[in-house]
Amino acid sequence: MPDKRENIKSRYTGDRAIPGAFEGETVTRRRFMVGTTHLAGAGAALAFTLPALAFALGPVFERQKATWEDVGPESAFNPNTYVPVNFTNTPGIGDVGKTTAYVRRFNPALDGSSQHKGEAIQPYVAISTRCAHLGCPVRYVPAAERFICPCHGGVYDNLGKVNGGPPVRPLDRFYTRVRAGRVQIGPRFSVNSQLNRFSPRDPAEPLDGIGQYAYPARFTTAKP
Amino acid sequence: MPKIKLPSPPPGAVPKALRPAPQRPQEGNGKKSLKDKLIHDGTEAGTTVVDWVDERTSLSGATRWALFRKVPKGTNWFYTLGSATLFAFLNQAVTGVILAMYYDPSPTRAYESIRYVTNEAFLGEFVRGMHKWGSTVMVILIFLHMARTFFFGAYKYPRELNWVIGVVLLILTMAMSFTGYLLPFDQRSYWATIVGVNINGTGALIGPYLSDFLRAGPDFGATTLSRFYAIHMMVIPGAIAALIGAHLYLVAKLGTTAPPWLKAESEPELREQEV
Repeated sequence: MPDKRENIKSRYTGDRAIPGAFEGETVTRRRFMVGTTHLAGAGAALAFTLPALAFALGPVFERQKATWEDVGPESAFNPNTYVPVNFTNTPGIGDVGKTTAYVRRFNPALDGSSQHKGEAIQPYVAISTRCAHLGCPVRYVPAAERFICPCHGGVYDNLGKVNGGPPVRPLDRFYTRVRAGRVQIGPRFSVNSQLNRFSPRDPAEPLDGIGQYAYPARFTTAKP
Repeated sequence: MPKIKLPSPPPGAVPKALRPAPQRPQEGNGKKSLKDKLIHDGTEAGTTVVDWVDERTSLSGATRWALFRKVPKGTNWFYTLGSATLFAFLNQAVTGVILAMYYDPSPTRAYESIRYVTNEAFLGEFVRGMHKWGSTVMVILIFLHMARTFFFGAYKYPRELNWVIGVVLLILTMAMSFTGYLLPFDQRSYWATIVGVNINGTGALIGPYLSDFLRAGPDFGATTLSRFYAIHMMVIPGAIAALIGAHLYLVAKLGTTAPPWLKAESEPELREQEV
């Protein structure tokens, strides 16, 4: 009858007849050395990988500053027709950082109570020309009273709500304010099909139903 | 050994130090002049250099292993599509490095530097054309190579891993096309990149963050162009070169497949048994 105890392996290196092992040792010096080398290598690799990765990913978490751009005196705008204004959205890169918005004074007859329930009414309605489909620039066609995108045929009505084509939500808007009789345009915000305000989203990201959860906002967004 | 008749200087014109040393007694059989020795050394120089390197690296075995392979019967021109793609990539790498000497990835200077390369630099239009059209050629070739692999069944065991590496190379090539398209920084490339980044953003949950990563912020900004440039000329080419190495290693290790229309011939003894 075989002795069962013979199959039990000792924890101690000395009992397992490992040469050079001390009495009562559980980890051999070779295993310790291998582990140390691996740890040192991993530490050295992480020492440059982690900062580099964080540096590359940094802009995702960067806090955006709210900037206000002067677009003209109050007398330049009216409550019924849109006036296109060109202003700097991203400073420091010349013409590339400019964008266009269509601005008119807030019009209770047109906007009614639909605009941004429970929040302060913007004195001016500034509609972004960035198409909510894939970001091409839309233009306002006064005869049709529609915003029309040249790239893939997106059509929006007078308020920027989707009339047809591929866009998934209405056109974005900008915060507006009046300082010393001049109209200023601030950060961007997005709206859903009821024109409720959301933090700015990229084009092609729907905000109705599950869309607002499937396409989360940035970690920090510029607030006026 | 080629016989070359060199004109010899008159006796006494050559300084003593340059005259051929007298034959040592033990080398006595046959007179070997300096001229003969030089010709001999010259013709053997290539072998000597290769021997010197090989003795220190043992590269000749690896070279023989990689290049002198047996290929199956029926190997045809379709099997050159992979090499063609490789040379298209090398063309992109070489012309890209030269273009990088002129290119300035800043939003205000990029278009001007491309305009200079195209209109003013010597052969600039040609080299830029090689890079621009070469990218299209590479995409076409990589798809033809993929189609060849698919229709010849060359992706099957034991070559599945090579297929996977090839698919990653295809995706990286597409990423090269995407990031390179922005660099001329004209209206077309700017809006194409806006649209392309937004298409990336349509992926649920991580899409918005991917867009932010690509643009370095919520909008196309000051560092977007240089970010695309770094990805285009550093990150992806390094990955492509490394994966091409793995791809070629597996080709050399596993060998190529015979075309599917070729019936496998059984051994003569087995054929007799079948009858």
